[in-house]
Amino acid sequence: MTGTIFRVARASVHDGPGLRTTIFLKGCPLRCQWCHSPESQQPRPQLAVHDERCLVCGTCLPGCEHGAIEEEEKGYHTDFGRCRACGACVARCPSGARELVGRVVGVDELLKEIERDVVFFDESGGGVTFSGGEPLMQPAFLEAMLTTCRARGLHTAVDTCGMAEPATFARVAPLADLFLFDVKVIDDRWHRHVTGASNHAILANLRWLCAEHRRVRVRFPLVPGLTDVGGNVERVGQLLASLGVQDLDLLPYHRAGLAKYDRLGFATAPTTLPVPSAADVDRAAQVLRDFGLAVQVGG
Amino acid sequence: MTPRVARLRKETLDTRPWLSAERANLLTEFYRTAPAASVPVTRALAFKYLLEHKTIYIGDEELVVGERGPSPKGTPTYPELCCHTTTDLDVLDSREKISFAVSPETRQAYAERVIPFWQGRSMRDALFAEMSDDWKAAYEAGVFTEFMEQRAPGHTVLGDVIYRKGFLDLQRDIEAALAALDPLSDPEAYDKGQQLRAMHIAADAIIGFARRHAELARSLAAKEADRDRQAELQRIAEICAHVPAYPPRTFHEAIQAYWFVHLGVITELNTWDSFNPGHLDQHLQPFYARDRAAGILAEDQARELLQCLWIKFNNQPAPPKVGVTARESGTYTDFANINNGGLTRTGEDAVCDLTYVILDVIDEMRLLQPSSNIQLSKKNPDRFLKRACEIVRKGWGQPSIFNADLVVEELVRQGKRLEDAREGGTSGCVETGAFGREAYILTGYFNLPKVLELALNDGRDPRTGRQIGIRTGKPGSFESFDAVFAAFTRQLQHLLELKMRASNVIERLYATRMPAPFLSLLVDDCIARGRDYNAGGARYNTTYLMPVGVGTVSDSLSAIKHHVFDDRAVTMGELVGALGADFDGRETLRQMLWHRTPRYGNDDERADAILRDVCGALFGVVDGRPNAKGGQWHVNYLSTTCHVYFGAMTGATPDGRRAGEPVSDGISPVQGTDRGGPTAVLRSAAKMDHARTGGTLLNLKFAPDVLEGQEGIDRLAHLVRAYFKLDGHHVQFNVVTADTLRAAQAEPEKYRDLIVRVAGYSDYFCDLTKALQDEIIARTEHRAL
Repeated sequence: MTGTIFRVARASVHDGPGLRTTIFLKGCPLRCQWCHSPESQQPRPQLAVHDERCLVCGTCLPGCEHGAIEEEEKGYHTDFGRCRACGACVARCPSGARELVGRVVGVDELLKEIERDVVFFDESGGGVTFSGGEPLMQPAFLEAMLTTCRARGLHTAVDTCGMAEPATFARVAPLADLFLFDVKVIDDRWHRHVTGASNHAILANLRWLCAEHRRVRVRFPLVPGLTDVGGNVERVGQLLASLGVQDLDLLPYHRAGLAKYDRLGFATAPTTLPVPSAADVDRAAQVLRDFGLAVQVGG
Repeated sequence: MTPRVARLRKETLDTRPWLSAERANLLTEFYRTAPAASVPVTRALAFKYLLEHKTIYIGDEELVVGERGPSPKGTPTYPELCCHTTTDLDVLDSREKISFAVSPETRQAYAERVIPFWQGRSMRDALFAEMSDDWKAAYEAGVFTEFMEQRAPGHTVLGDVIYRKGFLDLQRDIEAALAALDPLSDPEAYDKGQQLRAMHIAADAIIGFARRHAELARSLAAKEADRDRQAELQRIAEICAHVPAYPPRTFHEAIQAYWFVHLGVITELNTWDSFNPGHLDQHLQPFYARDRAAGILAEDQARELLQCLWIKFNNQPAPPKVGVTARESGTYTDFANINNGGLTRTGEDAVCDLTYVILDVIDEMRLLQPSSNIQLSKKNPDRFLKRACEIVRKGWGQPSIFNADLVVEELVRQGKRLEDAREGGTSGCVETGAFGREAYILTGYFNLPKVLELALNDGRDPRTGRQIGIRTGKPGSFESFDAVFAAFTRQLQHLLELKMRASNVIERLYATRMPAPFLSLLVDDCIARGRDYNAGGARYNTTYLMPVGVGTVSDSLSAIKHHVFDDRAVTMGELVGALGADFDGRETLRQMLWHRTPRYGNDDERADAILRDVCGALFGVVDGRPNAKGGQWHVNYLSTTCHVYFGAMTGATPDGRRAGEPVSDGISPVQGTDRGGPTAVLRSAAKMDHARTGGTLLNLKFAPDVLEGQEGIDRLAHLVRAYFKLDGHHVQFNVVTADTLRAAQAEPEKYRDLIVRVAGYSDYFCDLTKALQDEIIARTEHRAL
């Protein structure tokens, strides 16, 4: 049993209680306009190029069998369409300018990596969080990881966008001690517009999860004009209150992820999205608090 | 902070350190007409002469009195150890960092009296005269430093003796020991008698010194118009008439008794790490509790008295250092390091009411000196740790945090009794010792990356072309990583033994020529053995060697293993050629070495295993070897500012470090290469066997924003507890942003107050050299947390 992950973040403190190791699984069914981890979207490993680190030394050139690296006047152009993410150029690059995002790991191998920090989990009440991308895109692997971690007595959390087959959801849910569940937009048409998919399955899964009394902490990204628009914040508050959700992380949009689009060869990036002002954040937090939610900004 | 403390604090911060020729003048006067007596008795009489004639200072509003110099920041010299030249005085006066004002009178005194008398007669002269050519060549090449060339051994900490006994009591102990001497049964009886007589004289000297303060306080009181101050001066006079002749009766007396003793030690000689009250909370708690119960001391008063003591520490800059010593320890701080918490002799939780008062004092004073630490045992409450973390989070570098349970394990492994081990703790930067009973002498830093450089050049120093090490083969002849490692360990053994052989000679020089009768009064069992502190009188006698750059050397060996022998991306000859050229024209190779080497500090077993092997090889050569005081050699890992000096003396290294750049500090990873977050660093660091050291130093830097709120405190506390569960010795958190530091570099005048953790101590950022400032900026910021 293997899965594809793109990052292991140790000592992470924003993905559940205590000091945690967060595993980022690759692949996401949504295409949110504000996505700050575009490297998570594709399910397979892919190439990233950090131009600012490139020495223009030419070491990578003979490595590419697919003709994806072309010499230009100043440096190299990577044709991402031709790249097969074989990693040959990455292995040759001396400066770390070429990087393979994503690797295939087995359950035991990943467990070993997670268990390195058990002493920190024990001391802090932490554990392991599976995030993404969307971890439920790799349900069998996720299930196997959660089962193994459970058996080892580790606290488990799943950070999900909620988009998954209800049957899959119901199979995986009992294996997690905590859910971090993203809620973005309540109006389905608008949801399709800003994320590329309907929210029917997402909200159904959320309802089911709350009815099953699984521990749920909701995360709501605040993006002016996209999620902070036309009463959406109020509707999110209303829904969560009706479902008995208590904890909410309000995540103000930030631009830290923008540089990644270039590195991954995206044709466009959401460069024009506005960052919410402090007043925007305060107002949204107040609206949500008025629905009885315990709101933490930044989560 | 009371207005009194605020004013005294401002005074100590605003006063520029200056050189005082008073001690040098008095000492020269004494020695010109010294009576014909044994060496120890002569030293004791010199000490007495100094204390009888030096200027007595009692400043306005002071509650704790006594200065080493004529007034605050007046810094004496010790020409019997190191006689500064007039050029040295010019350098001290004019150098950009760690300067001392030198007046024309001081310069004149040196030119006319001090230099003519001491030149060629100092310990420094004697020491270098005894050193072999091989030793000198390695010393000049930057393979190691020598702590005793300008300063005396000290490196010890007070136990509880002065709170139980007055110096009159100690004199009775001496008299009993003298009475028991019989040359018929003990052929050393004469020598012991001389040592004991010297100690007796030294006790007289300190009692007389306190009484001079009592007299001055009385005369100031007689002239004082302000009633309150007059009463204070009268109380000071009473206290100084009582301690340290008699044991202290009150909290105030206990603090004053310590301060006189401290001044005695640092006046007798310029002992490394000055002197140290050790477990101050444990020692003062009985006085605090008694005075509180008797209704004669409020908590605020206790706090103010402690703050007055803190100011006294800060008034005494480390004696001026020149040459290599200035480079290895470029700071005004003199490393007195207050211990808090930990364990009692019987193994119980030692955190008490006064512990929290002292933590408040540390928090409020924010002074360079004294340093402070917490000794954290698994038995200590989280409240204690979290209160310390609150101060740590403020980002000025104190207190540092030590694993009290591991300190006990280290000391017991070295052969100390369990109770003595529990009374141990940390002094200087991170050094482990049994307080009140051990001489644990740091002999010098040892440049591990330089040793590898020599191993890669058949023992020849590429910087100068001189043959420094033994011949261990041309680099092209190494056909496996094991062969490289074998050459490294052969050089290591040769150079370590060169250093240790010389140190054992230097220990005898101090034992025979520079006894310390006053310090000997304070450390068990010098009186009982009739033996001087510098001659093995202490119950335990340790000599420490301090390897530097263990991160750089491990990564460099890892680079050779990975790129030369595993991947075959570069040949040994090519690599050594590129190092010799400082990577000129080989930037691609350098980048590969820098970015693609498995590195220590990332919980990567490939690199961590090499670190373990390096530490193991060192331990094998050093640990348990006999020193010249009847004790043993051990290893501890710290670097003060020496990683910058050693870096300057070392060419490019196989991990991609350029020539002249600092090497790694303490046991910290190479600057900026730990990319796995704090838990990975802590796990890597814990893989070396800390119990087999006498201390390790690990720096972690955090931006303040990651430590906000109660959760931030909890995180720090969890990291510390977990690291200590893994048997880590020490961790220090630097809490600043790189942006702040850059701003401070650009506009130092706006950031004079910015204190950062340098290595095992804190310093004003603006007092550091540019190279060290750059190095601190480069340390990885753990934004993940």
